[in-house]
Formats: sequence, C-alpha cells, structure tokens
Amino acid sequence: MRVYLDNNATTIVDPHVFEEMEPYFVQKYGNPNSLHSFASETHPALKTAMEKIYAGIHAPKEDSVVITSCATESNNWVLKSIYFEQILTGKKNHIVVSEVEHPSVIATAKWIESMGAKVTYLPINHEGIVEPEALRKVITDKTALVSVMWANNETGAIFPVYEIGEICAEFGVPFHTDAVQAIGKVPVDVQALNVDYLTFSAHKFHGPKGVGALYIKKGKELTPCLHGGSQMGGYRSGTLNVPGIVGMGKAMEAAIDALDFEMTEVRELRDMLEDALLEIPDTFVVTPRNKRTPNTILISFRGIEGESMLWDLNRAGIAASTGSACASEDLEANSIMEAIGAAEDLAHTAVRFSLSRYTTEEEIEYTIEVVKKAVERLRGISSSYAYAPEGHESGLDAQH
Amino acid sequence: MGFDSLIGGTIWDEYSNKVTELMNNPKNMGEITEEQAEAMGAKLIVADFGAESCGDAVRLYWAVDPKTDVILESKFKSFGCGTAIASSDTMAELCKGKTVDEAVKITNIDVEKAMRDEPDTPAVPPQKMHCSVMAYDVIKKAAAQYKGVDMESFEEDIIVCECARVSLSTLREVIRLNDLTTVEQITDYTKAGAFCKSCIKPGGHEEKDIYLVDLLEEYEKEKMAAAATIGNENGGAGSFKEMTIVQKIKAVDKVIDENIRQMLIMDGGDMEILDIKENGEHIDIYIRYLGACSGCASSATGTLFAIENILKEKLDPNIRVLPI
Repeated sequence: MRVYLDNNATTIVDPHVFEEMEPYFVQKYGNPNSLHSFASETHPALKTAMEKIYAGIHAPKEDSVVITSCATESNNWVLKSIYFEQILTGKKNHIVVSEVEHPSVIATAKWIESMGAKVTYLPINHEGIVEPEALRKVITDKTALVSVMWANNETGAIFPVYEIGEICAEFGVPFHTDAVQAIGKVPVDVQALNVDYLTFSAHKFHGPKGVGALYIKKGKELTPCLHGGSQMGGYRSGTLNVPGIVGMGKAMEAAIDALDFEMTEVRELRDMLEDALLEIPDTFVVTPRNKRTPNTILISFRGIEGESMLWDLNRAGIAASTGSACASEDLEANSIMEAIGAAEDLAHTAVRFSLSRYTTEEEIEYTIEVVKKAVERLRGISSSYAYAPEGHESGLDAQH
Repeated sequence: MGFDSLIGGTIWDEYSNKVTELMNNPKNMGEITEEQAEAMGAKLIVADFGAESCGDAVRLYWAVDPKTDVILESKFKSFGCGTAIASSDTMAELCKGKTVDEAVKITNIDVEKAMRDEPDTPAVPPQKMHCSVMAYDVIKKAAAQYKGVDMESFEEDIIVCECARVSLSTLREVIRLNDLTTVEQITDYTKAGAFCKSCIKPGGHEEKDIYLVDLLEEYEKEKMAAAATIGNENGGAGSFKEMTIVQKIKAVDKVIDENIRQMLIMDGGDMEILDIKENGEHIDIYIRYLGACSGCASSATGTLFAIENILKEKLDPNIRVLPI
C-alpha cells in the first residue's frame, strides 16, 4: 500500500482540474495576448478561472490577483518591492516577519537585512503561535511591512492574522500574509480582515505546480516583479500560463466546495491518527488541535531521529516529512521545535503527517499500524532507551 | 552550480545497498550488560558520543579481555538517521576481535569503505559522512575509558566548534584523511560549522583562536609543500629573468602543471596565466582562476600563497603572483 501523507509539501492534482487544463496544451495553445482566434479562444476559460480565483478569496474586482509562478515568487516580490520602494529610498528602515515563516520569506528578509535594513523576527509561543502583542512591541512608524503567515506549514498552527492586521492598520503599515497553507483548509476572505498582500499557490490545493498568486489591495500597488510585455496588468510580464491559470481556477473552486469536508471529515481522520499516535508513550504534539489547520500533525517520538522514522515509513510505502520539504537535506534541527523551546532531545524527532481530502480511513488505519511497528523497532535501536551500567556517566548528558 | 546541483534529489538514492541493508537489519545492535561481560571474563566498556539535541548519538558497548586487550564482543545503540545506524553497526563489527590499540586505528574512512558496494563509489553522500566520523570518535572514547586515561585529556584538545563539540585534533585528522578543501565539506563530515557558524571564520558572534578556514589553509599549505618537494628536480632555473616572455610563460606553466594544477582540478577548478611583467625588482605573474577556484575563499589566501611559493622556489625569488 502507498499512502501519501505529505500534503503540506504538495498535493495530487484533482482529476477534474487536470481535465479542465488538458485542452490548453494541444488544442487551444494560443498566446492570449495575440490578435487572432487562437488567442481569443483562450479568453473565456481564463476569465472564468480568474473569476473563480477572485471568488475563492472573496477579492473585490478593484483589487488585483496577479498570477505568478509560485508562492516563493509572490513572497519575494512583496518583500523586495517594499525594500526597493520604501527602504532603499530612505522612507522606512524596518520590516517585521515571524521567525517561522517559509524560507521564501525568511531568506528574503535576511537578504534585506544584509542590505542594511532592520528586520524583526517575531517569536512564537509554546503553542507554536505568534502573539499579536509581540508585534505591537516592535512596530513603529518606520516599519515598511509586516509579513506573518496565515497558517504554518510544519505545525499547521493558525496565526492571529485578524489581530495582526488590526495592529498594522493602526500604525498604517502594509500587511502581507503567506496563505499557502490556509487556502482550502480554513476560510480565507480578504475582506474579512485588514490585509494588503496575500500569497497562495495552486499545488497546495490540488492544482498544478508552477502557478502561484499574489493578491494586492487597490492602492497598495507594487513595483512590477518582472518587466516586459505588460501581461498581468504590467505587474508581472511573461506569457500567461494558460493551462496553469485554468487549473488554479478550477482547483480554487473545488477547494472552496470541499472546505466543509476538510474541516469535518479530513479533520476526523487527522484526529483519529493523532489519537492513536498519542497512545504511544513519550510522544508530543505541537499546537492544540483547535488552533491548527484540520489536516496537519507535527509529532515527536522521543528517542527516534525523524529521518529514521521517515525511512521506516517509506519502506512501508508511507510518505511523511520531518518538516518543510525545502529543508529535507538539511542537518539542522526542526526550526519549530527549537522555536517553541521543546526539550533539547526532541529537536530532531519531529515528524509531520499532512492529510488531504483524498486520504482514506483505510490509509490511516494502515499508517497507525506501521508507525507503531516503526516506533518499536527504532526505539529498540535507540541509545536514548539503551542500558547503561550503574554509575555510568552518560555522554549524552555529560557532553551537552 | 551546474547540472548536478540544479535538481535536489533524495539523499537516500545515494546510499549503498549495504547501508540500506544495515539500516533495515543492523547486525550488532544491542547491549552488553555487566553480567554478560562478567560471564565472558571480560571488562565492560560503555562509551557515548554525540547527543540527541545534535541529531546523532551513539552508545558503544565493548566486552574486553583484560589479559589480551582483545575486544571479544562489540555492540551499539544509536539515536540517528539510517546512515548513523549503519555506520555504528559497521564500526561495532570492525572492532570485534581487535585489540583496543588496533581498534583505535579504525578511521571513519575504514567505516565508510566497509559499507561500499563498489570500491570506488562512496557508501553515503557527503552530507552524511559525519555519521562515520561519529563512529570513529566513539571508539576513541571507549579506548580512553578502557585505558583509564582522563577522557578530557585523551579526547579533547581544543574544541573548535562548540555547538557540535568538534575538537581540533578530530578536525585536523578528518580534513587530512578525507582530503577536505571546503568549509561545506568539513560541515558535511563533522557537523562543525553547521549551527551557529561562528567557528567558520572571524566575524561570527564568538571569537575563536582558530577557525575552520585556518585549518583548510594550513592543510592546503601542507599539500603544496609536499608537492614542492616532489617536483624539486626541476629546480635551478636561475635564468628565469633572462627568458623571453614565451619561455617564461612555458616555464611557469610547467611548474603549475607539475605542482599545482592537479589539485585545482580535483577541486573542480583551474587557473590560467594571463601575462608576465617585470615591475622594478619584481616579476609579476598575472593569473586568472577558473571554475570552482574563482570565488573560492582560499584562492586569495592559501592557494595563492602556495602558487607563489612554488614559483618563487622553482623559478625566481622575486616572483609575485597576482590573481585578476
């Protein structure tokens, strides 16, 4: 049996989405910006797709949703544009991000820092959540941007974006949120909170890879991200990714339709998995269930290094993750585990299971069985649970 | 950069079949208790290395015959990834039947080589080499314990990387054994420099007596010096100054070819001679680094000094080498 529980990394493309994209490769391949029928036959589908995307986040027509190539591009664009317009010009000198943002925000923030600006990294509390009051303490009239994610990719923790938006409004500071892990898992309505920029990506909600988007509120326009032939209203030049946009539109519609299912059925399966895993002694879950996206569990198995757990799961056909896929070749400890101040010996033990609306009960039952066996085998090998003679000064404690 | 660096693959694909097999079914996994050691008439040694907080920890058990110093039984327990488990298992296997003094001579390379499927294909990718280094460190620790040597004095001289607890002697040995030339390699092999990064070079949040870049430079110089002694029969070019420009370029190229180029190429780089000019009493040789050498930190320090030194020695003491 093969079980895919790494849906926060990417998802299966919904077959209906694929079906809708298919005509735009071989049959209707025109460049939408040309002046002939090959171009115009792409227009209805593009328009419908854009309408679905706007509807999905409840964006008013006067605002812009610019299609990019990925969420990383969208995040880079917001931060770098703000740097060029507000910081390089000397108007402002400071940006605020949370310490657990996706690498596309953190690495860009570090770059901005290296260019001489001040960057504040907001801490998370023991539940893995940023506290709005932490922002209030650091935001000033020199702050050019606040960027805090809607939901965390590793823990699924939902951040208080409504409150953060309020504080930003109070100080007149633009607010960006990376909603990559929120779309299709929690209601996302750009009119329900004060948000100026919002990032999302199709492949996280059963759409195709290579299609991201950035919502931009009217009056908060950014310097173009790619200069060229003025596609996407001149904000992002480059021939339109017709099948990609069509796919994102359909995927967005399907995700909104499935939102209730996600928050009930998927959550139920997630809870079933979590309940069973927590029955194993010495296991710890970060962030309370009601403060998390319905599909995610980040769990620590004491005494088992995360990668060896993935190894055993993979042998049994189960796909999970130790954190973000971007960091899977990294030696460093899980940043969330460090940030929440988990016991040091747990830093390398976190494993993430992320479900989707395609996950079945049978798959969860199989996973529970496999994890239990893996824990037994790996704890049998582990030095954390090993015999030591009396009076033996454990190097594990002595050295660190 | 380049083709191989563009699409990251799973590091698991690079494990040898032996590593995979040992991870799935480690042979020497287990414990030796006081009672079991006693029954063998042996002394029990239990040594730990690493820590869960660093991502790897290993506990090595030896039953040693006190009369012959022979390791009768050797077992391990490990907190770590697949390669850590496979390396520990191999290490425990290699210890069996050896005397403690022989076991201390087992290096991380021995452990890694024992896990290869093909003699020339590494058993694990570079970023997993630290697992075999850990296996090597825990042997030293066990040996120190058996001999009753003070562990601190036996094992740790100077700690260069505080975060990963990597000592100067380990770093020096690992750099030489594995012919490491970059900080990234050192990090892959030992984890030194992976965390707070202040041991890499001056300017971090903590001031150090010695940095990883210094150790690389030291080794680079050592290699160059060794290369110089080998190529000494080419000496006696006292008339370099009198040569024509073409002759000079040829002579310089020859020395580079015989002493330097191989090393640069091994690191994925190269160099070319652009021009040679007399500048007062100096003879200035303008060079350009190619490939991996351009932008390499030591191209302006260790490597450059080595190139200059060998040319001075072989051709003319007034030579200066100027990279452009």
